[in-house]
Amino acid sequence: MRGIAMKPDWRKVAVTALLFVVSILFLLPFIWMLVTSFKIEKDVFVYPIQWIPKQWNAIANYKEVWFGDYPFYVYYLNSIKVAVITTLISCTTASLAAYGFSKVRFKGSKALFVIVLATYMVPNQAILVPQFILYRNIGLFDSHLGLIIIGSFSVLGTFMLRQFFMGIHQEYIESAKVDGAGHLRTFWSIAMPLVKPAVATYAILRFIWTWNDYQNPLIFLRTDKLYTIPLAMQKFTSMSGEFYSLIMAGAVSAIIPLLIVFIVGQKNVIEGIALGGVKG
Amino acid sequence: MENSAVTPKTDAKPARGNWMNLKNSETLAGLLFVSPMLIGVTVLVLLPILAIFALSFADWNFVQGWDGLKWIGFDNFGKLLDDHAFIRSVRNNMIFLLAVPVYMLVSMVLAILIDRYVYWKGFFKVAYFMPYISSIVAVAIVWQVLFQPSYGPINEMLKAIGIANPPKWIADPKFALYSIMMITVWVSIGFNLIIYIAGLQSIPRDLYEAADIDGANAWVKFARITFPLLSPTSFFLLVTGIISSFKVFDIIAVMTQGGPIGSTSMMVWYLYEQAFNNLKIGYASSVSVVLFAFVMIITAGQWIAQKKWVNY
Repeated sequence: MRGIAMKPDWRKVAVTALLFVVSILFLLPFIWMLVTSFKIEKDVFVYPIQWIPKQWNAIANYKEVWFGDYPFYVYYLNSIKVAVITTLISCTTASLAAYGFSKVRFKGSKALFVIVLATYMVPNQAILVPQFILYRNIGLFDSHLGLIIIGSFSVLGTFMLRQFFMGIHQEYIESAKVDGAGHLRTFWSIAMPLVKPAVATYAILRFIWTWNDYQNPLIFLRTDKLYTIPLAMQKFTSMSGEFYSLIMAGAVSAIIPLLIVFIVGQKNVIEGIALGGVKG
Repeated sequence: MENSAVTPKTDAKPARGNWMNLKNSETLAGLLFVSPMLIGVTVLVLLPILAIFALSFADWNFVQGWDGLKWIGFDNFGKLLDDHAFIRSVRNNMIFLLAVPVYMLVSMVLAILIDRYVYWKGFFKVAYFMPYISSIVAVAIVWQVLFQPSYGPINEMLKAIGIANPPKWIADPKFALYSIMMITVWVSIGFNLIIYIAGLQSIPRDLYEAADIDGANAWVKFARITFPLLSPTSFFLLVTGIISSFKVFDIIAVMTQGGPIGSTSMMVWYLYEQAFNNLKIGYASSVSVVLFAFVMIITAGQWIAQKKWVNY
C-alpha cells in the first residue's frame, strides 16, 4: 500500500463514497426544507418522512408566502435594494481607501491605516448601543439609508483590496503621473481595471453578508414594511407559528438568491474566502 | 463618481512644480482617497468605542433622556460580578468555545480527504459549504423544526431506532446549549474546510514525494508533514473561531432567545437584552466593555503566541 504508483483507485472510490454519505448530513436539512415547502401542512410531520410529497401544495404555499399577509416580495425588494446599494458604496469606499493606503505616499498614511485596521478587532455588537443612540439622534433610525450606511464602511474590504493594490507595480502609477494623470484618473483607468477580479470577489461576499444580515436590521429597523428577508423571515415564523410548510417555503425563498450568487460566483467566493481568510 | 472633487486639487498643484506643493498635493490626494472610509470608521466605530467606555460608568435608562444620566463610577462592573445571569452567560461562552476545536478537527480531516483522496472535489466543496453560505436565520428556523421535541423528524428517527426518550434538544435546559453548539459546528465546517484546503494546497508536493521514497505511511506523513505545516492555518482558524464564538448572536436570537431559563444566554445576547429589552444603557455598556476586553485579550494573545508556537 506504499507509494503513489501502488495506490489503487478503489481507495479513492471508497473515500468518495464515504464523504458522500457524510455530505448527506449537510444537505439533508436543505432537502427536507425544500420538500416540506411543497407539502400540505398535515403531511409535514408524517413519519416516516415523505421525501416525495404525497400531495403537492407548492403553488399555494409559495403564493401565500409571497403575496399573503407577510408579502415576501416586499421584503425581497427591500433586501435587494439594501444589499445592492450597500455593495456598491462599500466597494467604492473600500477601493478608494485601499488605493489611498497603498498607492499614494502621504504623511501619516501608516498611522491612519493601523487605526483603521485596529477597528476590525472590535466586536460589532459591543458598539451597537452607541450606534443605536447616534442613529436615534440623527434621524437614521428605522430607515434603509441608515442600514446601508452601517454596512458601507468595511475595514475588511479595505484590507483585502489593499493587498491587491499593493501588487500593482509602482511604475504603472509613476508613469501615469509622468503622463500628467492625477491620482483619481490613475485610480480609475489604471489601478481599478487591474484589481477588478478582487473587487468582484469582495462585492459578492459583501452582497451575501448584507443579504444574510439579521442583527443590524433587528436593531436599526422598526417598521414592518422596511424589513429585509432574514428579519422578515423570523417575524413571519413567530407569527405563522405552526404553519411549517409556509415557513419552509419562506426559508427556501430566503436562500435561493444566495445559492444563485454562490453558484455563479463560486470560484470567486471560495478563492476570496481562502485568500483573505475572511469571515463576515 | 462621487469623489470628482478630488481631480482639480490633485491636478492643479503639481503644475507649479514646487516640491513642497507636490508633497502637499500628495498628502491631500491621499487624505481625500481615504477620507470616506476614515470618516465612516470614525463616526460609526471609533466614537462608539469611546462612548461605551464612558457610558459604562453611567446609570442611564434610554427613555429618560439625557437628564436621567447619572455617573456612578465602577458600580456597573461591581454589579456584573454579582449578576448570576451575566456570570452564567460568560460561562456559556466558555463552554461554547469547545465547539471550535471540534469543527476544526472535523474540517481538517475532511479537507485532507477532499484535497487528496476523492473524485468530484467541486461537489463536496459546495455541499459542505452550503450551511455557511445560507442565511443563518433560515438555517436556524429549519433546525428549530427538525429539533422539535415531540414530533420533529430527528426525534421521530431516534424513536424509530429504539431510543424511547430522546432529548428535548433546544427545549431542555441541559441540552439546549449543546444543540446550538452542534448546529454551529455544522455551519462552521464549510468555512474552516475551505481555509484548510487552501492551506493544504500551499504545502509543497515534493515533501510527500520525498516521504514516499523513504517509505513513510499515511499516518507518518500526516504527523510529520501535513499537521505541522498546517499549523499557521490552524492557528488562524483557532483565533477567528474563538473570536466568532464570542460574537454568537443570530442563532440564539432566532432559536432560543437565551432560554430555556438562561441556559443558552451568552454575552452578546445578554448585552442585547439589557440594552434593547430592559433599556439599561449604562449596564449594557459595561457588558460591552467586558466583551471588548475578552476579544482584545484573545487578539493580544494571538500576537504573542503566533511568534512562539507556529511552525513555518
